[in-house]
Amino acid sequence: MAAKTTILTLPKEEFVHPGNRACTGCGLSIAYRIGLKALGSDTILIVPPSCLTVLQGLFPVASTKLPCLNVTFASTAAAATGMLEALKAQGREHIKVVGWAGDGGTADIGIQALSGAAERGDDFLFLCYDNEGYMNTGVQRSGTTPRGAVTANTPIKGKMQQKKDVPAIMAAHGIDYVATASSAYPLDLYDKIKKALSLQGTKYIHIHTPCPPGWGFEPRYAIKIGRLAVETGYYDLYEVEKGEFRLTGASEKLVEKRQLVPVGEYLKTQSRFRILTPEQVADTQARIDRKWGGYYRTNE
Amino acid sequence: MHIIENGNVAAALGVKLAGAQVIAAYPITPQTPLTEKLAEFIEAGEMRAQYIPVESEHSALAACIAASSTGARAFTATSANGLLYMHEQIHWAAGARLPIVMCVVNRAVGAPWCIWNDHQDSISQRDTGWIQMYACDHQQIIDGVLKAFALAEATSIPVMLCYDGYLLSHTYMPFEVPDEGKVGRFLKPFKPPYALDPANPANLNTVTLPDVRMDVLGEMAHGYMEIRYLLQEDLRAALSVGQEIEDEFASIFGRGGNALVEPYRCDDADYVVVGMGSLTYQLRDVVEALRDEGHKIGVLGIRLYRPFPDQAVAEALGAVRGVFVIEKALSYGYEGALCSDLKAALYEHLVKGGGNGGPAEDGRDRGQPAFVKGLVAGIGGRDIRTLDLTDALRAGMAATAGGGAKGAPAEERPDWIGIKL
Ligand SMILES: Cc1ncc(C[n+]2csc(CCOP(=O)(O)OP(=O)(O)O)c2C)c(N)n1
Ligand code: SF4
Repeated sequence: MAAKTTILTLPKEEFVHPGNRACTGCGLSIAYRIGLKALGSDTILIVPPSCLTVLQGLFPVASTKLPCLNVTFASTAAAATGMLEALKAQGREHIKVVGWAGDGGTADIGIQALSGAAERGDDFLFLCYDNEGYMNTGVQRSGTTPRGAVTANTPIKGKMQQKKDVPAIMAAHGIDYVATASSAYPLDLYDKIKKALSLQGTKYIHIHTPCPPGWGFEPRYAIKIGRLAVETGYYDLYEVEKGEFRLTGASEKLVEKRQLVPVGEYLKTQSRFRILTPEQVADTQARIDRKWGGYYRTNE
Repeated sequence: MHIIENGNVAAALGVKLAGAQVIAAYPITPQTPLTEKLAEFIEAGEMRAQYIPVESEHSALAACIAASSTGARAFTATSANGLLYMHEQIHWAAGARLPIVMCVVNRAVGAPWCIWNDHQDSISQRDTGWIQMYACDHQQIIDGVLKAFALAEATSIPVMLCYDGYLLSHTYMPFEVPDEGKVGRFLKPFKPPYALDPANPANLNTVTLPDVRMDVLGEMAHGYMEIRYLLQEDLRAALSVGQEIEDEFASIFGRGGNALVEPYRCDDADYVVVGMGSLTYQLRDVVEALRDEGHKIGVLGIRLYRPFPDQAVAEALGAVRGVFVIEKALSYGYEGALCSDLKAALYEHLVKGGGNGGPAEDGRDRGQPAFVKGLVAGIGGRDIRTLDLTDALRAGMAATAGGGAKGAPAEERPDWIGIKL
């Protein structure tokens, strides 16, 4: 495995200009800045409507240096295929095609096109930033909103259903690389993108990106909350490479330490979880413990 | 070279000759054999293109949109519900000014399910900003694909080439396959004004404000309204660009003529029946039969429906007594869209403009037709029998014959030819 990137070895070149339209403390903004460094200059991006559309700026201003095709909400992955084939037809295969979508544009309306492209094995990288809701339209529930979260259209009772496990769905397509990452661990994200780019076929990286206004916390806690999600075992960092599952980075260390922070510590940092009862918190903890029990056993 | 083949093969041969580089499609009857043929050409190594077997029509057009934005010549084809499933992308392709070509093999839309021919699918995409051409036979299909690419690329506007499901797609007719060398002279390699390129980055289709806005260099950039205004202006200009391309094609291949409308025995006609697609050639037989009975009647085929050739239509109909418009589609709740468009053109050019004729010997003011009568036929593939058409038109003429200078049919709403209620 390649040496881990550190803050000292991270490339200096910026592809996101200073100043963009994301909220203060936006996890996406961090992931995007570091992610574009990993993608490098020979890249064309594809972006569906989402907070990222807004982050990128309003015509004729763009906040990033890479060429980008804005597409309809459902069509990111299909557009990636079309772009790839066009580049092939023109002998420009060296250019990387990267779709970067929100959880709605990935897990919900975008999943048909994404599944189709992954089944075809088309050679591109799909990055999903998961802020666990439709933030661009005002914080409605999405397939990846966690159970119990209050959103604009689950305003009183919170979302009743559990979070859709998109990385598992993508891994079930039998593609060679699926990984999870978090904007709270940007260097880990950087290395995973680099690794994905070195592989052929469809690659998928799911990035947990805390969202201050959507989740209900102060912007200065964006990193802290992202880390807590991992430290509590609520959101795990892993890779599925050629079918092999492996916890990575901070999550891998947690298996060694066997000391998860109680999930209540994570849930209480965000006002979206304000309606959770102690029983529901205990239920969430029990689910995490079961999942981690499995991780511990496979690492014995 | 003359061959005998079906309409879908004619289209596939046209796409091959045009050198489409990226083809994305999803199967739907009666389009399927067209895209199967293209897949076969590519797998057999007869055609150098990328074929994408997408998982939906929405994705088919998404792939074409991205391919075209990246600078490749892109093609897709569909029918009926497949076309409707693309609807969002159809608007997008036009707004993004991408010269994609799509064959629409016309079929009725559900519900209920019906796989047979009418024009409801493409007519319901009328207002998307695409150019719409309608072919009447196999020669017009194969030639039409080449002209469609030429027109799309000259105007940066996508083109739908529509042809009748089964009636053309699955019937065999002789037609000439254009010579490859001549095609090379007619259709130059695709060079878009901009193609996505990391060396020259641009952010395409970003959120655009209602008003104009300064860019970082201090130059004023278009607002959404300017972008849409230019689409409309360029679509109107496509009427003359389309004719220039038709002329160029005629000079190279020796066939073609009028890109907008196709009149048949209209010169001395008192009545003209207007339609689109294969129906207009069937109507030629009807016209011949009615002429044998002494009726002065002709046919006007609309070849380019969007942009609407209002001037050409008004010129062709300015001196006639009555117009029948036969359509295989409806704007439900009113009448056929072509009928409404045609009335608007006549109003614009003949009524408002004071007419282009003067009183004729019979004293009748020939400045405008006395009536425009809408008829609906062949919905969901109902057989359009030549006898029924003849009867309907004969009855239509009789009903208005005694009605004086402005005598018009009593019933305003379209009559349905062949309805069995
Ligand atoms: C077909 C379609 N339906 C709905 C919308 C409205 N819309 C735009 S962005 C968005 C939510 C995006 O959510 P997500 O993908 O999670 O990204 P986020 O805004 O959270 O960053 C919606 C519903 C749209 N643009 N297109
Ligand atoms: S709403 Fe959330 S995801 Fe969207 S820009 Fe703001 S912080 Fe980022």
